[in-house]
Amino acid sequence: MNKKIVVNTTINGEPQVFLCEPRQTALEVIRETLGLTGSKEGCGNGNCGACNVILDGVLVNSCLVLALELEGHDVLTIEGVADTYEDADLHPIQQKFLEHAALQCGICTPGFIVSTKALLEDNPNPTEDEIRLWLAGNLCRCTGYDKIVRAVIDSAEVMSA
Amino acid sequence: MHAFDYAAPETLDEAVALLTKQDGHVRVLSGGTDLLAQLKDGKGSPSLVVDIKHIPDLMAFTCDASRGLTLGAGVPCHVINNDNSIQKLYPALLDSSSLIGGTQIQGRATIGGNLCNSSPAADSIPNLIAHKAVANVTGPDGDRSVPVSEFCTGPGSNVLKAGELLVSLHLPAPVAGFGAGYLRFIPRNEMDIAVVGAGVSVVLDGDTIQEGMVSLAAVAPIPLLVKEAGEALAGQSISDDLFARVGQIAEDAARPISDMRGTIAQRKHLAGVLTRRTLKIAIDRARAA
Amino acid sequence: MTASPQYRILGSRPPRPDGVDKVTGRAVYGNDTRLPAMLYGHILRSPHAHARIVSIDTSRAEALPGVYAVATGADLPQLADRVEDLRYTSNNVLADDKVLYDGHAVAGVAAVDLGTAEEAAGLIEVIYEVLPPVMDVHQAMADGAPILLSDLRTDELGEVLEGETNIASHFRHERGDLESGFAAADIVIEREFNTATVHQGYVEPHAATALWNADGRITIWCSTQGAFAARSQTSIILQQPVSKITVNPTEIGGGFGGKIPVYVEPVAAVLSKKAGHRPVKIAMSRADVIKATGPTSGSYIKVKMGATNDGTLTAAKVVLAYEAGGYPGSPVPSASGVVLAPYKLDNVQVDGYDVLVNKPKASPYRAPGGTNAAFASESVVDELASAIGMDPLEFRLQNAVAEGDRQANGIPFGRIGCIETLQTAIDHPHYATPLDGKFQGRGVAAGYWMNWGGKSSVSASVNADGSVSLLEGSTDIGGSRASIAMQLAETLDIPYEQVNAQVVSTDQVGYTDLTGGSRTTATTGMAAYNLGQNLRAEMTRRAAELMETEPETVTYENGVFSSNGSRLSFNEVAEQADASGAPIVGTGTAAPDQWGAAFGLHIVDLEVDPETGKIEILRYTALQNVGKAIHPSYVEGQMQGGVAQGIGWAINEEYVYGDDGKLLNASLLDYRMPTSLDLPMIETVLVEVPWPDHPYGVRGCGETPIVPPAGAVANALNDALGVRMNVLPMSPGKVLEQLWAQPA
Repeated sequence: MNKKIVVNTTINGEPQVFLCEPRQTALEVIRETLGLTGSKEGCGNGNCGACNVILDGVLVNSCLVLALELEGHDVLTIEGVADTYEDADLHPIQQKFLEHAALQCGICTPGFIVSTKALLEDNPNPTEDEIRLWLAGNLCRCTGYDKIVRAVIDSAEVMSA
Repeated sequence: MHAFDYAAPETLDEAVALLTKQDGHVRVLSGGTDLLAQLKDGKGSPSLVVDIKHIPDLMAFTCDASRGLTLGAGVPCHVINNDNSIQKLYPALLDSSSLIGGTQIQGRATIGGNLCNSSPAADSIPNLIAHKAVANVTGPDGDRSVPVSEFCTGPGSNVLKAGELLVSLHLPAPVAGFGAGYLRFIPRNEMDIAVVGAGVSVVLDGDTIQEGMVSLAAVAPIPLLVKEAGEALAGQSISDDLFARVGQIAEDAARPISDMRGTIAQRKHLAGVLTRRTLKIAIDRARAA
Repeated sequence: MTASPQYRILGSRPPRPDGVDKVTGRAVYGNDTRLPAMLYGHILRSPHAHARIVSIDTSRAEALPGVYAVATGADLPQLADRVEDLRYTSNNVLADDKVLYDGHAVAGVAAVDLGTAEEAAGLIEVIYEVLPPVMDVHQAMADGAPILLSDLRTDELGEVLEGETNIASHFRHERGDLESGFAAADIVIEREFNTATVHQGYVEPHAATALWNADGRITIWCSTQGAFAARSQTSIILQQPVSKITVNPTEIGGGFGGKIPVYVEPVAAVLSKKAGHRPVKIAMSRADVIKATGPTSGSYIKVKMGATNDGTLTAAKVVLAYEAGGYPGSPVPSASGVVLAPYKLDNVQVDGYDVLVNKPKASPYRAPGGTNAAFASESVVDELASAIGMDPLEFRLQNAVAEGDRQANGIPFGRIGCIETLQTAIDHPHYATPLDGKFQGRGVAAGYWMNWGGKSSVSASVNADGSVSLLEGSTDIGGSRASIAMQLAETLDIPYEQVNAQVVSTDQVGYTDLTGGSRTTATTGMAAYNLGQNLRAEMTRRAAELMETEPETVTYENGVFSSNGSRLSFNEVAEQADASGAPIVGTGTAAPDQWGAAFGLHIVDLEVDPETGKIEILRYTALQNVGKAIHPSYVEGQMQGGVAQGIGWAINEEYVYGDDGKLLNASLLDYRMPTSLDLPMIETVLVEVPWPDHPYGVRGCGETPIVPPAGAVANALNDALGVRMNVLPMSPGKVLEQLWAQPA
């Protein structure tokens, strides 16, 4: 074991201090050290999007970021998504995923919701093609994406209304 | 991942000192999208990883019509994709920066890292070559500049010597009549490594191509500048025959291997197809500019 | 079709009980288990496709600080030679004297953290004697092929043959007279097909946590399609009675059949015991998942079919040779039930071969064996229709099976809805919409899956407020908690929201077969119906008591018990019964001996880039007889998901091995599953022909939709370019080669 280093960061709006080894990824620390297991490891090399988080406003694969790289930065995980939307228990994206049955097993769902949040911040009224392109880095094996894309379209409509 | 130490220098001098001291067992961390995937795969076991994202020079870019684009080696793709000045002056660069990995990869991945990773299939390198880009390097022996077309020396290897670091890429200001493009072929519509890629640029004078460049990905041990294609384009007027001829030259110049992503025959064929298609894009952009 | 009954709840689309947890990241999956003093495990895997293990030295790994235990195959009980399948199950979990595929598990390590466990695994020294690998059925069946299992003997039509072999079994189904059948045909077409090995591709890697306690009790938390199946396999491998094993199923991130076998569960248990009874969690990496779990068989298939000029099929002969992987057990038996299923045939012969190759042991994958089989037969059916000059759907309709027609194995079909589905497809607007591009094509293909009944248990208690706590043993992969709760609510005539469904451990509910065979909503739903009937009877009895009358005089309608002018609602009975007497609890079980099969018909439009060979799916319509759709959104979702997997299988997915038998593409970068950008919206048409033996007409719907896509895409490709593909995947490179091989 290498010696551990202190990292100061902000997770879901709260200051967080953790210890980690240089070889630990942000995903490993978020899950195993901080206990935020909503971010999932589907592939470990940036090809499935199940671990997606928003880092300083930018969508990233947390499996391809070292935990040490979070020093001084701001991370939003799935656990923090609902709190970013005022006056609701769930974020409209979460609500629409439920209503459209846009999940089956649900393992990819946190990644999709985080990606969708980043999409709608970047482009509040995306076309179906823009949605499919943006979400191409998020793999879902259950749904064939149909209901996910519909949920995203509906989320955009609700949020921009 | 194998255990390693981590350093995040804030100046180029510090970075060079760290890279020099480590005797080769050091890796530079830019966006990390290639490096971390490789380390997890057991490809390389550095004793030190040097994160260059705290060095201001590497995180900056300047872009204007007179001086061109100077792109810090640590600037991630999403910054390029969202910058109006780059979009306007170098629309073809976005052909690469917007298709490297998915959205979330583009949140971290850098063009500098793509070049230093030196994959023969890298999506940005043929494009950089077609833009006559130059790599600005610093190291223990000072600064030097290397044309991107001469940067890679083999799969995963390049001209950087121990202790050297890519600082920035410089793309010359586009001359009047310039247009470029990059296309790759992949089996899916996203999230794949190029089976073949083609970067093409032209400088048009009316319907005559004054100058042209064709560079190919994944058809040789390094990103290939097809000089014969450039020669064939120079001074020619645009015609179907020219497209066919240049496509054939690219196909002949390609010297790929067969691997799990494609066969020799498929890749040579695609080199021709993509060269023709990208040439069309480059010409259309030149006319629109 | 008879008029369908009116339901209050069935056919509506309420939110699922586990929904909020799954959109907020709160749901606990296999790798999310955290126990006090938990250790992290890692598996060392073979780098060779075929090798004898000469020695394993674990001493350096054991000496690494932070390492608590190392286990190898020698730590598993040695099972008697007679029980071959059980021994194979054990050897697949940790290799015995041989490794049979790249990625075969050789040893496990438990350590204080992941990094230490991985490092320790790297310190285990294994000496291998590398043997030549056998990578497909052609090589494996050839004379003089290297032998994987020296004790394997072929089961040849029920007789055990002498001599070493890689052919585990050969079976045959036949009916009628092939010779006269083909003689009666005006046209006979015979084609050969080869298909690649593919993986289920669930996004959640396998993960399990095990505690082998000091009292001998073993508790496992894992992502599995069946807690009871995981318990019984663990019991066999560890030679511990099921009474000592509890399996707690976590949420499951997809399975598609691949999470029926156990892989890491017994290893985690053994490590836990060796580590001083500390809990050990093992989570696979994606590379582990692709290399050592899943796949479904690559195959060689030969199909010969004959038809008369007026469009009647006269005979069919099929040979299916399926890769089993390193140990016997390919899905070739079920493939034989799919391959000709949609067609009425009097003269038929189907031969199946189960063949060992140096690849991971095949595990079920959604309609196991069906997609490759239907790709072959639906291609030949299409070619016959075209040769005769008939519309491909009309040709299929003319030969469609109906109730009472016999399958190749002689068993007659029950009520199947094949004709209804085909007729709906013919009438569907998609089929009448013109294509509008030079390189566009349209294809159709039929598909069938026999489904499975199995056994299920549920139990429930009625709370004082009238809510019902429902416990079930069926893993919920795609919303089945909702579909089962809906059936209970319908039966009890109470609102859906009043039923709280949970999936519980093997100690908390009666035996329930795994979620597979498209059985859960049907059979566990049937158990819920039976439970509902039992609870209704008990509630009626209690209502009678409260109303001071006899139960026979009490009627129950619209949630209200009535007798002689007295009325008490369900909730009132619950409340008053709670105050006055014993708690109201009930159980329900089901083990149907008949269950509903499902036919589907898919229509696809695609466009091919003739210069690159790349296929773009433009429009897709999946029609299927689903029986009564309990929760239509989840039925549609099953169909859309099956289509997506089928398209992936058709176009890009494949295991790519080097000549040395090493897997080259064990990542989601190069194992190319469809992304959102590769698919259009997938239209579904639910043809609801109820299954008569189910109280609500439910038949399984999850597997059939993966069967037709490869055949439909192949037929559309032929329509677009005039090329017949005889390989899967029909990847761009393969399509180009086929185009180049076409006579100009």
